[in-house]
Amino acid sequence: MKKDIILCGVGGQGILSIATIIGEAATKAGINLKQAEVHGMSQRGGDVQSNLRLSTDTIYSDLIALGGADVVISMEPMESLRYLPYLSKDGVIVTSNKPFVNIPNYPEEEALFAELDSLPNTVVKLDIEQVAKDAGNARGANMVLLGMAAPYIEIVTIEQLRNAIATVFARKGEAIVEANLKAFDEGVKASK
Amino acid sequence: MKQLLLGDEAIALGAIHAGLSGVYAYPGTPSTEITEFIQGNAIAKERGIHSRWCTNEKTAMEAALGMSYAGKRALVCMKHVGMNVCADAFVNSAITGANGGLVVLAADDPSMHSSQNEQDSRFYGKFALVPIFEPSTQQEAYDMMSAAFDLSEELKEPVLLRVVTRLAHSRAAVEVKEPKAENALNPSSDQWVLLPGIAKKKYAVLLEKQTAMVEASEKSVFNKVESIADKKLGIIACGIGYNYVKESVGDNANILKVSQYPLPAEKIMTLAKECDEILVVEDGQPVVEEDVRRIIGDIAPVKGRLTGDLPRMGELTPDCVAKALGKEMPVILDPAKNLAARPPQLCQGCGHRDVYAALREIIEEYPDARVFGDIGCYTLGALPPFKALSSCVDMGASITMAKGAADAGLRPALAVIGDSTFTHSGMTGLLDAINENSAITVIISDNLTTGMTGGQDSAGTNKFEAICLGLGMDPAHLHVVTPLPKNIPAIAQLIRDEIAYEGVSVIIPRRECIQTAARHAREAKKAKEAQK
Ligand SMILES: Cc1ncc(C[n+]2csc(CCOP(=O)(O)OP(=O)(O)O)c2C)c(N)n1
Ligand code: SF4
Repeated sequence: MKKDIILCGVGGQGILSIATIIGEAATKAGINLKQAEVHGMSQRGGDVQSNLRLSTDTIYSDLIALGGADVVISMEPMESLRYLPYLSKDGVIVTSNKPFVNIPNYPEEEALFAELDSLPNTVVKLDIEQVAKDAGNARGANMVLLGMAAPYIEIVTIEQLRNAIATVFARKGEAIVEANLKAFDEGVKASK
Repeated sequence: MKQLLLGDEAIALGAIHAGLSGVYAYPGTPSTEITEFIQGNAIAKERGIHSRWCTNEKTAMEAALGMSYAGKRALVCMKHVGMNVCADAFVNSAITGANGGLVVLAADDPSMHSSQNEQDSRFYGKFALVPIFEPSTQQEAYDMMSAAFDLSEELKEPVLLRVVTRLAHSRAAVEVKEPKAENALNPSSDQWVLLPGIAKKKYAVLLEKQTAMVEASEKSVFNKVESIADKKLGIIACGIGYNYVKESVGDNANILKVSQYPLPAEKIMTLAKECDEILVVEDGQPVVEEDVRRIIGDIAPVKGRLTGDLPRMGELTPDCVAKALGKEMPVILDPAKNLAARPPQLCQGCGHRDVYAALREIIEEYPDARVFGDIGCYTLGALPPFKALSSCVDMGASITMAKGAADAGLRPALAVIGDSTFTHSGMTGLLDAINENSAITVIISDNLTTGMTGGQDSAGTNKFEAICLGLGMDPAHLHVVTPLPKNIPAIAQLIRDEIAYEGVSVIIPRRECIQTAARHAREAKKAKEAQK
């Protein structure tokens, strides 16, 4: 079994902590993993992405091939569209539906969502910031998104992801772990 | 034990476990994390391994050569263009030879994700006539560190380790070993004085060693052969090129994997004699492709980047390699219609913004003004809304280019340079300008850090006025200002006044990078909590 995941968003939105958690869960489960990140120039408010490859077999390439991504997980709706040529035929898009507008030529929102909705693929979208706020964890939007994506990641279970959250945030204390688990659970709920 | 490591981290840990005594480096994507990892590593701290940042790649290379002279293992790290800066020291270190193991790590950036070119560092290894290692996986990167230090000490030569962005910045599980002890102090008894008479002898020795270097490549565990019965195609796959080949054809191909140079010519000959055609898959420039053609002559046709079978520029991808191997492309979705580019920007609240707001006024008032830029976060001042820069070439070029343009008669000629870039390569150019009292206005935008690469310490912090005065600046034309929105009119006025002066002026806008300021505040809070 394999899962190729593209994580994307705008620099500073916290996609790398999503990658860290999936990576921790996969490593614990004995699943092979390669994760290509983008550092440097692109982090100052530019688009960022990470290729996360999980498999029970040997993984060679650090990069996902065109038409190969099983899931695109995006912190921002326009960014989720950037990787359409990478999405596989049955690939799923899980995205925030809240535009992050820091460029003058951001597309018309209505057209953008119409394009997302017209895709032949499954698209799950949610106002993750609002859900995180309602769950009392305004900074946990990325955990809500991870929860939404969890049922599609499959190669690691929802329970394994929860354990990974607990491990990754352990040094920040019990309260932070609980808050992030709550945000994650809200995401899982919203996804179903 | 297995650890999940970035390629850069695997290199760093590999070096520490190989008995490293010092890393010498100047930051540069995608190499920065190597030195940062060593700075934070417990063994490195306990052993007192040198890991402080250097002023530039040349000082780094030379200090590492000094440590090697003293008998200890030293590592130099830089991004590919850093090789240009340290080239003099690097090429000559092959003539002096090494004593303690000396490994030079160059991180190339094909596709220019965060660089101004995609030069291939393997050319430098070939040029200097030293062995090159090129890992294909994070595990190999870790293992090669030890192998490279051993080979360096065996041959008494520096060894180049070349990686690319996709390896440096990709994470995978790595099996790590027990750390070895450091070398004892054991200064070379050999003479490293490259006077022509001595240099000629030493160069002859280096040429003699080439046979041993090729032999090491021929029997290297990193250069392996995979064979099948069908001999239509033979693939020479270098570094991470091997991964894309395997992703595409699995075990069903004739492959010579190359991860150690000089090229194993015999192995290449064997493959060429067996196969109808050769395809060279290498990330970067067609270095190996040209050499393979030379080695095998017309025994078999060679395909690669020069024949158009692979793209001439840009990094390899699983897609372009699959295509070169004749695989059918999957049906894919068209690119989205409602999509705009999202270029990086200066952070909101960054002091460089206020500098550019002032410069924008000047540019509008003086249509003939040209602002020569340099490399750092502040290069983003070239993009809208500021559109303030006319050039950005290499580190330090702002001051010297402004001088040359002023020599030609261009007025007003301005330069914008960051603090770290100024100490890296700007100071020497400023001395040229001061010695001729060139009519240039230099802005050293000092944010107290090396911002672009993530906020490393900057070599000249707190010393800039002293440096400028020491170089002979007239104190009347040296100014320090605070770049804040409320000060923009005053800064613009100061620039106007200094433009009017027919000589060298230096204006230093100084305010800490808001990213490092926030980090320092968090660290201070943590330290305070720990005290309680
Ligand atoms: C020869 C060379 N070495 C390293 C780099 C990588 N690099 C680009 S900008 C930069 C730092 C710039 O720092 P500074 O001048 O202080 O400007 P800031 O980014 O803080 O605004 C570095 C290290 C490079 N481009 N060229
Ligand atoms: S990282 Fe620092 S120097 Fe760079 S743009 Fe942001 S605030 Fe400015």
